[in-house]
Amino acid sequence: MTSSEFDNSPSGTSADNAKAGVFASNEDLEEVARRLRRHIVTMIGKAGSGHPGGSLSAVEIATALFWKIMSHKPSDPQWKTRDRFILSKGHAAPLLYSVLAECGYFPVSELNTLRKIDSRLQGHADRTATPGVEMSSGSLGQGLSFAVGVALAGRLNVQDYRVYALLGDGECNEGQIWEAAMAAAHFKIDNLTAIVDNNGLQICGLNCDVMNLEPLNEKWVAFGWHVADVDGHDINQLLDALKKAREVKGQPAVIIAHTVKGKGVSFMENNVDFHGKAPSAEQLETALKELV
Amino acid sequence: MAEEVSLRDTYGKTLVKLGKENRDIVVLDADLRPSTMTRYFAAEFPDRFFEVGIAEQNMIGIASGLAASGKIPFASTFAVFAPGRCFDQIRVSVAQAGLNVKIVSTHAGVTVGEDGASHQALEDLALTCSLPGFTVIVPADAIETAQVIETMARHIGPCYVRLPRAKLPNVNSPDYRFEIGKAVTIREGKDATIMAIGVMVAPVLEAAGELSGEGIDCRVVNMPTLKPIDEDAIIKAAGETGAIVTAEEHQEHGGLGSAVACIVTKHCPVPMEFVAVKDAFGTSGKPAELLERYGLTSKDIIKAVRKVIERKR
Repeated sequence: MTSSEFDNSPSGTSADNAKAGVFASNEDLEEVARRLRRHIVTMIGKAGSGHPGGSLSAVEIATALFWKIMSHKPSDPQWKTRDRFILSKGHAAPLLYSVLAECGYFPVSELNTLRKIDSRLQGHADRTATPGVEMSSGSLGQGLSFAVGVALAGRLNVQDYRVYALLGDGECNEGQIWEAAMAAAHFKIDNLTAIVDNNGLQICGLNCDVMNLEPLNEKWVAFGWHVADVDGHDINQLLDALKKAREVKGQPAVIIAHTVKGKGVSFMENNVDFHGKAPSAEQLETALKELV
Repeated sequence: MAEEVSLRDTYGKTLVKLGKENRDIVVLDADLRPSTMTRYFAAEFPDRFFEVGIAEQNMIGIASGLAASGKIPFASTFAVFAPGRCFDQIRVSVAQAGLNVKIVSTHAGVTVGEDGASHQALEDLALTCSLPGFTVIVPADAIETAQVIETMARHIGPCYVRLPRAKLPNVNSPDYRFEIGKAVTIREGKDATIMAIGVMVAPVLEAAGELSGEGIDCRVVNMPTLKPIDEDAIIKAAGETGAIVTAEEHQEHGGLGSAVACIVTKHCPVPMEFVAVKDAFGTSGKPAELLERYGLTSKDIIKAVRKVIERKR
């Protein structure tokens, strides 16, 4: 069973038990993305803290994955052959929570509890608390190694799932990312796609000023990966690259998604201040007016 | 002198046995398999052995991914490198994530010898014991090591097992049965209790033997499980002998002594003395020279027992 079999399956019509409960939707993806963005700014605004910039930049990436590419069952988060999504840039938890809620892993109303005591939605995601969260994260650099382990287990168990890891560009400052990159190519892992949310900014400013990553494409090539560059806000480009990545054999694939930090909210776009700052009530109102 | 056996050799061979019994056992190493002895498993089950190169952080992350997918990963390197090099990975990707990763590190303590301070882990127990949900175990001989490793393979939850480079004499009887969280009384006594782990159990027995010649009757307790610690054994020892000495090849802060003192002060205050490394790094030398330099010999244990008994009065 490959995830591509589910690409066009209409919701709730499959007679195949194995496919029962597999998420499917024919909704307009731009509309999905818009809704996710509204959730993100609203939940962070209500929480009074959080990371809108890097959540908003990766909205189309997550939309393409959860709505079209990945085979997953919101009613059975532990379904053995599900495709796995690993959020390595853990501060984008509001994006992941919005996606999981919209897919039906938990009620959308729960998004209002972000960062509150006794909520299942911690500031950074916790796999032991939240249905659909594959891995706890928040300390950057660790998700790709975990993804390599999950991919190796899939190979050992002869399970036909694919592993997706979402990395930040600033996160690629971490040495562990490159340890994992080296290992994935060394082990010839071809059931893994990494996506770098290349929004060009990190807490203290431009990537190139804080710690230059370029040439990022060539770095991944040098580490033995199949590399594609796409516009990370163009769903069709993302879908095309994600499908092509599935066909790569004998090596892992990475998609460098060129994105805009804070995408969709004018005053957050390319504004490093909104890496880790919540909008005020007034700003939230403005943001929601823009996201219609 | 009793025959000395390599604990890491026992570890390597036990892994092969487990590998034959359970296909979910997988092993990872960071370019040290000839030393950690995971080489036996690598030779027997090459498809279930992952050489990650000199990249301990990545090793822990891969192990956590394997564990999340139903495998039982044993990840091995030297104790200075795991938990030393990759503590945050162990904290977030293993402990916080609640994953079933077995970290078995060798070459702990000053008995590493000539390689010197950088290679002599004296902080690993403090690091791992501080992690919620972790099981931390220090076997004292080969008999115990084999059973600890087999138990860890069955136990669900993250754990750290500390092994020395040095060969050690058997201190447990052949019919010994290891249980997580259970202390083992190796010698009965009423004047004081000496609680010890790992490399220190043999010199503690030697010290107790000498002291009995002077009419001092020491209870000797092997404490293989540092976490969760055997509170009952500690409370019982304090109540029945009225004084406790701990002995470990580790910094005084954060190891066995601290763990025992925490229980003693809460439940049964009695005088305590600590045989441990006193806020110092190791150095190069022969293992026996280093044990002497850092106050970890049977003579130091005897001194500590005399002192603690003095304080009882």
